[in-house]
Amino acid sequence: MTATIATTFLGVPLGMALFVAVLAIALLGYVMARGRVMARAGGDARVLHSLPNYYGMTAAMFAAVPALGVLLIWLLAQPTVVQNAVLPLIPADKIDSVGTQSLILSDVRRVADGLDIALSQGALTRADIAAMADDPSALRATLGEVGVALGSEVEPFVLAAAQKSRALNGQGRFWMAAAVLLIALAGLALAVRAADPDFRARNIVERGILVLLIVAASLAILTTVGIVLSMLFESINFFRLHDWKDFFLGPKWAPNFRGDSDLSILPLLWGTLYISIIALLVAVPIGLFSAIYLSEYAGPKLRGIAKPLLEILAGIPTIVYGLFALLTVGPALVRLFGRGEDGILGVEWMSGATSVLTAGLVMGIMLIPFVSSLSDDIINAVPQSLRDGSFGLGATHSETVRQVILPAALPGIVGAVLLAASRAIGETMIVVLGAGAIARVSVNPLEAMTTITTRIVSQLTGDTDFASPETLVAFALGLTLFVLTLGLNVLALYIVRKYREQYE
Amino acid sequence: MTDITPSGASLLVQDARTQKRNRAEARFKMYGLAAIAVGLLMLVILLTTIISRGTGAFQQTYVTLEVPLLEAKLDKKGNRDLADIKKVSTFGYAPLMKAAFEEKVAAAGIETSLKSKQMAALLSKDAAATLRNYVLQDVDVIGQTIEFEFLTNSRVDGYLKGRVSRDSMANDKSINAAQLDLVDALIADGSLRKRFNLDFITGADASDQRPEAAGMGVAMIGSFFMMLVVLALALPIGVAASIYLEEFAPKNWITDIIEVNISNLAAVPSIVFGILGLAVFINYMHLPNSAPLVGGLVLTLMTLPTIIISTRASLKSVPPSIRDAALGVGASKMQSVFHHVLPLAAPGILTGTIIGLAQALGETAPLLLIGMVGFIASNPPDGITSGLMDPNSAMPAQIYEWAKRADPAFYERAWGGIIILLVFLITMNAIAVLLRRRFERRW
Repeated sequence: MTATIATTFLGVPLGMALFVAVLAIALLGYVMARGRVMARAGGDARVLHSLPNYYGMTAAMFAAVPALGVLLIWLLAQPTVVQNAVLPLIPADKIDSVGTQSLILSDVRRVADGLDIALSQGALTRADIAAMADDPSALRATLGEVGVALGSEVEPFVLAAAQKSRALNGQGRFWMAAAVLLIALAGLALAVRAADPDFRARNIVERGILVLLIVAASLAILTTVGIVLSMLFESINFFRLHDWKDFFLGPKWAPNFRGDSDLSILPLLWGTLYISIIALLVAVPIGLFSAIYLSEYAGPKLRGIAKPLLEILAGIPTIVYGLFALLTVGPALVRLFGRGEDGILGVEWMSGATSVLTAGLVMGIMLIPFVSSLSDDIINAVPQSLRDGSFGLGATHSETVRQVILPAALPGIVGAVLLAASRAIGETMIVVLGAGAIARVSVNPLEAMTTITTRIVSQLTGDTDFASPETLVAFALGLTLFVLTLGLNVLALYIVRKYREQYE
Repeated sequence: MTDITPSGASLLVQDARTQKRNRAEARFKMYGLAAIAVGLLMLVILLTTIISRGTGAFQQTYVTLEVPLLEAKLDKKGNRDLADIKKVSTFGYAPLMKAAFEEKVAAAGIETSLKSKQMAALLSKDAAATLRNYVLQDVDVIGQTIEFEFLTNSRVDGYLKGRVSRDSMANDKSINAAQLDLVDALIADGSLRKRFNLDFITGADASDQRPEAAGMGVAMIGSFFMMLVVLALALPIGVAASIYLEEFAPKNWITDIIEVNISNLAAVPSIVFGILGLAVFINYMHLPNSAPLVGGLVLTLMTLPTIIISTRASLKSVPPSIRDAALGVGASKMQSVFHHVLPLAAPGILTGTIIGLAQALGETAPLLLIGMVGFIASNPPDGITSGLMDPNSAMPAQIYEWAKRADPAFYERAWGGIIILLVFLITMNAIAVLLRRRFERRW
């Protein structure tokens, strides 16, 4: 069977066209089933087991859900299946590593896409392509004209693989369209046939809806699995190309795109932790004291104004803080600590606007509302009886706070600080713009340092080659970041929950 | 806690220890007030910085010139054939602008030592293209002399806004004192002025040589399409998941895992979602780089936990009596939820969704990884498919892009972009607050 079908149908991507077709069939099923059951009941809805709409919905559900599921799975699986089928066409001597394999495969894909475009625009005919099978050197120029730029000359085996993948994709699309439409129609027929006054349509529909709800709820697990797997696979690729000892224990971060780089996480981890510590030194005292004042001293009026205003700080996008660090706080710090004789302090300690202190201060500002609203909740959860007891013994309000409320709330506050720390470690935009790009281990907060998130961004933006350890290291960094923040979060949530139970 | 008052001492006079304790009390209160004051001060500094630095971007300097559209230069064959006129590149228009500038200076009676090339250098690099587009739209204007407002270059603009001064220009090769004298003279003449710059709000980004022509419009469309994807996916999925967890889920270990998962996902750094998007949507599924569809998918996964948490809270606030009443008159469990509980929880769900969308709108880090920076978002998309699939930028990514270009003129654009972004966020949050006030029911 060599039936194939184009990527688009009437100008709409095929997947989209099928989606619309299935919905149309479902609508048809709704009308048919509802009409049929009403006709069988002689127009009297009271003799039906369920309300008439449920019969329609059963038909729509039977037509749409399995068909759309098949469509989705097919669209996801086809690229992998085709890729595996094409792989044997590539001579083994061309593949010397995992990297070149993926490069060749992406070439194949581009050539295949290019051929599709060239055929649809009439720049090439099928006969032209067949004639080129042995010497496809002219193909690069032709594809360039239709807007598909290739990095190198097309080799015969690439063209062969591209042709094979085009053929397989075309067949795949044909069978997908056939399968999806058939399943939809079969579902419709089944449900319309079953539409009978005794048919328990509502129970069926409700069970179906419940399944959909469960699927939606499981998406959270799927996302986590996706995060872990996607980073794990690429990290494994990375550790195949690069020594794990250098990554975890090496002294230096110095990526070099000609290869042979030093890729150690330690300098980045130091920068990340140093900035986070400065941020917490700013945010925890300010946030905690604000929370104490707002929950213990402030009247409803001050509380009603100050609390929402502080929370605005949490709603401001991080890119704004990043710009604030780069263009306002950084230059202000340089004026204070730098510029030699012209500076305010007359010292020459700081040369550029980006530094650990710049990023740390701004991140601290961002975390103030985070610490304050969490601590506020926790302080409010301390039972009033503890306060009353302390006042009854003659303690002043501040003594009550320091010696009774804070010790009682301490586990919760530690949880809040841990959550803030996990925020600080994972924060990206402020450090990308404010912390600098130099990986160094130093205790001087006025120097530029770099962080895990900054390096992820710089290794993964621009032209990335998924075969080089310099790119793949970003996934190992991401996985480390994920594990680190996840650990902090789980610990913090555990402590907070434990604390809440204590007073419930 | 207090000592027993020694006999003879008055209770009305505080002893030393009480005074000390009261001072400690006052100090403690002061610390609290100071902390709040510092927090609010930071907010004020942040907002005033944004406003004072960003409002400049909404104004731009223009110079009015009368350009003779010479047939000899633009349409040598004289047949007004669009194809022929299109062959004249922007370089062909440059002499016209130089001549127009000379004319202007002569007509205004300004004395200057500048050559016409240096005068025309005051114009934006975009000016010739603007003129060309104007001519291509209506070829019949060739042969006429038309009055046209051209963008000036970013240095002139900066001079009018106080960003460039005669002192700061000493080590700046692109402008000199004589040119600034000419600018002053033109201001006095009234033909060079600042006015409101609508192009900043509606226009497209421009290359790094032309900060004066850069705008947010196309990035706004990109953000709009991303929000569309987030709304279309995150709202139904989030509501469905919440309904299951809140109304149907049995108490068992699977439910526990899902719940722990959701609260952890809410705290995963946003950049991790970017890595997921890059690995799954772009590398595995081969969706196009930089497409708002991919951005929308990544932001959907990021926003879902927020929406689920707020939806569950509003479902929980509907009292059980509503469910009991519905069950009592014969509704099924599913009917009681969908016909009664969900409509009553709708305002709260909507509020949570808007807040989730606002959060997604301002998110930058994941967008960097799926390639929504580093190119010039120059053409607005035509149609929905192109809007979803064609490379575009988004508002925060555009701001980041400008911040990276290390040019004070682009910094001003970045601050201006932040004002636009914040206007959107404030509007969304205000709608959310209004909805809550208007429809919230206390049971």
